[in-house]
Amino acid sequence: MSTTYAVRDSVTMLRRNLLHWVRYPSLAIMLVAQPILFLLLFVYVFGGTMGAGLPGAPTGADRTDYLEYITPGILIMAVASVALGTAISVAMDMTGGIIARFRTMDIAKVSVLTGHVLGAVLKSLVAVVVTLGFAVLLGYRSDASVGEWLAAFGLIVLLTFALTWLTVGMGLAADSVETASNTPMFLVLLPFISSGFVPTDEMPWGLRHFAENQPFTPMIDSLRALTSGHSPGNDLWLAIGWAVLIAALGYLWSRRLFTKVPAR
Amino acid sequence: MMEVSGLRKAYGDHTVLDGIDLTVPTGTVYALLGPNGAGKTTTVNICSTLLTADDGEVRVAGHDVRRESDAVRRTIGLTGQFSAIDELLTGRENLRLMADLAHLDRATAKASVDALLARLDLVDAADRRAQTYSGGMKRRLDLAMTLIARPRLIFLDEPTTGLDPRSRRELWSIVREQVADGVTVLLTTQYLEEADALADRVAVLDGGRLVAEGTPAELKRQVPGGHVQVEFTDGRSERLASDGSVASLRKILDGLDDSEVAGVTVETADLDDVFLALTGHPTTDATTEEKEVLA
Ligand SMILES: Nc1ncnc2c1ncn2[C@@H]1O[C@H](COP(=O)(O)OP(=O)(O)O)[C@@H](O)[C@H]1O
Ligand SMILES: [Mg+2]
Repeated sequence: MSTTYAVRDSVTMLRRNLLHWVRYPSLAIMLVAQPILFLLLFVYVFGGTMGAGLPGAPTGADRTDYLEYITPGILIMAVASVALGTAISVAMDMTGGIIARFRTMDIAKVSVLTGHVLGAVLKSLVAVVVTLGFAVLLGYRSDASVGEWLAAFGLIVLLTFALTWLTVGMGLAADSVETASNTPMFLVLLPFISSGFVPTDEMPWGLRHFAENQPFTPMIDSLRALTSGHSPGNDLWLAIGWAVLIAALGYLWSRRLFTKVPAR
Repeated sequence: MMEVSGLRKAYGDHTVLDGIDLTVPTGTVYALLGPNGAGKTTTVNICSTLLTADDGEVRVAGHDVRRESDAVRRTIGLTGQFSAIDELLTGRENLRLMADLAHLDRATAKASVDALLARLDLVDAADRRAQTYSGGMKRRLDLAMTLIARPRLIFLDEPTTGLDPRSRRELWSIVREQVADGVTVLLTTQYLEEADALADRVAVLDGGRLVAEGTPAELKRQVPGGHVQVEFTDGRSERLASDGSVASLRKILDGLDDSEVAGVTVETADLDDVFLALTGHPTTDATTEEKEVLA
């Protein structure tokens, strides 16, 4: 199988994937709504108190300061939420007979999966832009330059690749669509136990240890630095390292599962 | 076109295929006839690269299905027992998807899609989601999706099970057209009538073994020509062998007492008769077709 066919087949599968989302939009809407709901909840319910409690917060810090603090974490939740949807749509695909048909065709095997992954990247970008739009409506402002925002989006795309290859594997490993919608739930919950919503130094020892060393923390910290016009420093390399590692493991796992899943 | 030798497959200690040998000549229709659970789908899946056998060899157009699966995939097309269409896409989009995956150029793809929609009587439904199609339409779309890449060998796994007689005949005529174009067809069926109508050669599969192989005429020679089912007024019923000739019917009717008989049904040889004759036991999943009712 030549590479030109691998690219062509992946684009064909991407088109199929996007058509699915157009035909069955309710899942997409739910997944985009989720981070927005969290944004509203955190800003309006906890925002006043939390904003004043941020470390180094000037007196009179409020809701808007907290909004600025959590927006990077919420954007990453949007990515995780779309990744969860990918596990569901991969599992749905596997229950249908069309996958067996693809397997009897001379196509780039991995294109069935890359279609899902490329689709997820586009959907993540849409989800991130929509969520960011909401944040701006609520009063979010950024001092970052265009270059820093481009770097931020680059990081988001990399993260999407990583989480999506992982959830593609979860979708393939799941024995039902329901399992596929449960196993990746932790991805949406993990940002809560990170630097996304409260600074890690305010957490009890055990939790703090976990939060400081889990992959979402350097990702969120880098994103927060980039979008507020600061240098992310070492966090960026840690974030990129984690993302590359997760993407590679997720890809290898998914490819293995896909080539060995037997016909019905 | 295809040679199968010594094919074996087991799931745990349940042997599903116990040494299958087949030779399918190019440009012919070969039927695998057998009841549910005989191993038809397993055979088709191994021959179409979906499953690997435990033992034995399958060569398609000279290529080994296991070692040269890409070359085999360029030659074959499969319409499986279960629907393999994308229900969220329209009929046209499904065909276009297959045309793109077959790497047809734009103009050829469009022309082939239009031609197949027309041939399979799906023009009116072309822009509706496949979800809304009837069973027969889904089957036709499924077949069209297989045909678009112009495979040289087509596998049809129980293509007419669950179809009404009209759709069945329509599908038969499409298969015949393909064969006229030089395509080779391996089909599986539970209907003797279907094997008889379409196939050049038939293999009868039972419990993972071939119990008979030959032309439909050869096969039918081994089978008594059906039977007569007699229902008595007291509720008893009896199955009497008959080849369907007037002489044999007269002989049976002469032996019956008018006042005791509630009804008489003449039935042509069905899968059950074939199995009874070839294996000495009936199928667990017999299908009978009423030929004519006399009463
Ligand atoms: N994945 C599987 N695991 C265990 N048994 C199987 C599996 N697939 C098929 N079988 C068994 O193999 C036998 C043949 O199945 P199949 O080839 O589907 O028969 P047919 O298509 O003739 O109805 C059946 O007894 C079935 O239960
Ligand atoms: Mg079957």
